[in-house]
Amino acid sequence: MPHDGHEHDDHSELSPIALRVRALESLLVEKGYVDPAALDVLIETYETKIGPRNGAKVVAKAWTNPEYAAWLKSDATAAIASLGYTGRQGEHMVAVFNTLETHNMVVCTLCSCYPWPVLGLPPVWYKSPPYRSRAVIDPRGVLAEFGVVLPETTQVSVWDSTAEIRYLVIPIRPANTDGMNEEQLATLVNRDSMIGTRLAGLIA
Amino acid sequence: MNGPQDLGGMMGFGPVAPEAKEPLFHASWEKRALALSLAMGATRQWNIDASRHAREKIAPDQYWSLSYYEIWIEGLMRLMNERHMLEGAPRELPVLEADRVAAVLAKGSAYNREVPNKPLFKIGDKVKVRNLHPTGHTRLPGYLRGVSGNVMLHHKAHVFPDSNAHGQGENPQHLYTVRFKARDVFGNASNDVLQADLFELYLEAV
Repeated sequence: MPHDGHEHDDHSELSPIALRVRALESLLVEKGYVDPAALDVLIETYETKIGPRNGAKVVAKAWTNPEYAAWLKSDATAAIASLGYTGRQGEHMVAVFNTLETHNMVVCTLCSCYPWPVLGLPPVWYKSPPYRSRAVIDPRGVLAEFGVVLPETTQVSVWDSTAEIRYLVIPIRPANTDGMNEEQLATLVNRDSMIGTRLAGLIA
Repeated sequence: MNGPQDLGGMMGFGPVAPEAKEPLFHASWEKRALALSLAMGATRQWNIDASRHAREKIAPDQYWSLSYYEIWIEGLMRLMNERHMLEGAPRELPVLEADRVAAVLAKGSAYNREVPNKPLFKIGDKVKVRNLHPTGHTRLPGYLRGVSGNVMLHHKAHVFPDSNAHGQGENPQHLYTVRFKARDVFGNASNDVLQADLFELYLEAV
């Protein structure tokens, strides 16, 4: 199966890191340590199967089904697994619910811990020093950079994922959505709202 | 270790700058870097804590100038070089086959463990973060040292990264989510709070 890592035959077009990764892959395939077809499947999985649409379905269900929301609160790992989202980097899940009183926001100051089964791979900003350094000391300044300004009466609650617990933020359901079904509601749930750096409904 | 990864509370890195319509990968090599890191992890020559430690041992000037997938590749090279895996005849390793990928990802690997000892703390207890500066791997962020907070969640025992990263066994410890007042951590006037997941050995009773 062709993959676009090898679409350029002219090595001069590749950056040093691209050449380094290509050489490393060749060596590891030659040693028999990696199956190149498995690499393709891994990439395809995160490109097409595991991403923030999964998390959006969890959120939409929590918005429409109080029993599910209660389950998510008491045992997020099991409640999320019931929708088929399990495994790597989501083994131990906790769901934190935004309210008018509390706005939750997730960071990993020490590396890039992120709930992969529900959100997929983290964006670059989540893994980079500006967010990792400032999310804990200046969460409101960070939120302002995402266009989110909260009233002083709303407490910001930051979760630093320092162990193997992974956090999913359940954003507030947008106003005037009473007539919408679960599927329609899921389209209002953007990735960043499940990290806690945006609100739901702002980006469709 | 007090390494470049311990970023909480640092200043000077500039704005977060989220990218509008960010692509999942910014170059083809990033896809291969991700997949190679996951596939080599599946050969079980190291654990997740060792791989995090390999990355945080990158010198600060280098760590802070690399993109995240570059950090992963640098960490992967170090893990393999430490084990002399790129030299000599190939070894017999468990290789992740394409048809096993979905099952392996869906299974993941749980980090909770049964331990005989009871937790020292219960939900609501006031605890203080010990003033620890280990030279090896740790998941205690430096900005919390010496700060007191309250136990909010108890996750029972989990694999202890500080020993697991160094091949010293899983040594499972009770794990707690501890809530701190932002003002107690950073000395400001904020009414906000923050939580971190902390192992029992990082904490003492107040």
